[in-house]
Amino acid sequence: MSGFFSALLSALDPLCGPVGLFSLFGSGSIVACGETGWGDEIAFGVKVTITLALATLPVGLVIGFLIALAAQSEDKLLRLAAGIYTTIFRGLPELLTLFIVYYGLQILIQAVLASFGYAGRVEINAFFAGMAALAVVFSSYSSEVLLSAFRAIPRGQYEAGDALGLHRSRTMLLVILPQLIRIALPGLTNLWLILLKDTSYVSVIGLADILRQTGIAARVSKEAFFFYGIACLLYLILAMVSSVGLGFIERWAKRSEGRR
Amino acid sequence: MSYVKELIPPRAPPALIGRQLAPARIAGILVLLVWAALAIALVFMMISGWNEDKFLRYGPRYLHGLWTTISLVGLAVILGAVLSAPIAFARMSKNKALNGLSYAYVYVFRSTPLLAQLFMIYYGLGSFKPQLESVDLWWFFREAWYCGLFSLTLNTAAYQAEILRGAIESVPRGQHEGAAALGLSKRNAFRKVILPQALIVALRPYGNEIVLLIKGSAVVAIVTVFDLMGETRYAFSRTFDYQTYLWAAIFYLAIVEALRHLWAFIEARLTRHLKR
Repeated sequence: MSGFFSALLSALDPLCGPVGLFSLFGSGSIVACGETGWGDEIAFGVKVTITLALATLPVGLVIGFLIALAAQSEDKLLRLAAGIYTTIFRGLPELLTLFIVYYGLQILIQAVLASFGYAGRVEINAFFAGMAALAVVFSSYSSEVLLSAFRAIPRGQYEAGDALGLHRSRTMLLVILPQLIRIALPGLTNLWLILLKDTSYVSVIGLADILRQTGIAARVSKEAFFFYGIACLLYLILAMVSSVGLGFIERWAKRSEGRR
Repeated sequence: MSYVKELIPPRAPPALIGRQLAPARIAGILVLLVWAALAIALVFMMISGWNEDKFLRYGPRYLHGLWTTISLVGLAVILGAVLSAPIAFARMSKNKALNGLSYAYVYVFRSTPLLAQLFMIYYGLGSFKPQLESVDLWWFFREAWYCGLFSLTLNTAAYQAEILRGAIESVPRGQHEGAAALGLSKRNAFRKVILPQALIVALRPYGNEIVLLIKGSAVVAIVTVFDLMGETRYAFSRTFDYQTYLWAAIFYLAIVEALRHLWAFIEARLTRHLKR
């Protein structure tokens, strides 16, 4: 059964499958799939980029939601703590955040291990570091989007939840969250597109994403313009595909709104 | 008829229930403690790792990098603003070809990463050395600084064109009609009626765009420009001292926060006639 699924997946592979982009247009050329061309390496890079973005999204959204909750709480100290978080991570360049997380986590883990008596060198996974850095940046932006969505929901909704005898958490889950998603969706769509572009930074710390793979191909084959053009094209296609997909989600989220 | 003969004697107020420690307050205190611990660790790291030799060697380089970043971003914003105006007007024109072309420009530059655009210009166009030499443009594309400026300009022009277009289109139709009714020419109506209102709308997005550009400008470090990020990477590669990144973070945060406050002040000042 799993063999069938993997066969189906490889048949539907949009880049290197039998009806893939590189197989149709690039066979025999420099972007062919397989030993002779760079097609399969670039296809791997596309997979890494998409995986990284998809893995970052839920983490960033959850942290962003918690930060937004903190930022609209009645407690002054909690608001201050959330404010510090968003100020720092919205003010730092993404590239710098990435380096700080990448080297900082390494130093931190090394220090913790050293206190247990382990003295070897630690190197953390570039994928994990990239995910952590992007999630931090994404969460600080998404918290702002979610916060303004929270402010758009009238108090009466909470009071109605109380009047129905719902517990606070049930009110949040059943009454507030569905409206919140609908209001915040356009802003989150923007942030997703930004996240997709920001994944390109992880190529700097050595993760084999689209930009790194095309960069290697460009350096080896001396066809820099062609390969970086392909990289731009792939990002463009990813953006187009995701805006089509997000359009569907937006229409789905709006299905309960009255027709105007 | 019955009536109250005795008043109820005054009683002590109910015992004060001590203010409960709400979960939100506990969470707030905990997170603030984490922040404080991080800040103390930062300060401790800087004091314990203080090295006058390093400071004297890399301090001036950092300031030079800061200047490079600021001049790069400043020039890119100005040149981008100049370039964005025709794009915005092309985007608003009824001419299909102009409209499509400007839309394609904006779409491409907004949905590909700045890093990929920079590589495309620096390495991609750099591979056409003979052709560029024949049109006498090689001096431009040879220098990483010019390439960085060029890609930042093209990138910000796309964003600024959208900001400008949105702002101009946000001015209500009645303003155009009012200006026409007063007998103002199209040109004058645009200059004296539409643009001032549009620019006030555009003020905040422009501020955001400058902040984004400052943050985005860090990528030029990857193509060997010694901006703030580039100097940081240089210092780190020489010393393997984690503090180098923390100093860069402080510099970037200072620039961004200063700009944000300056922008808030400018906005409050310019919109004071709109306050009620």
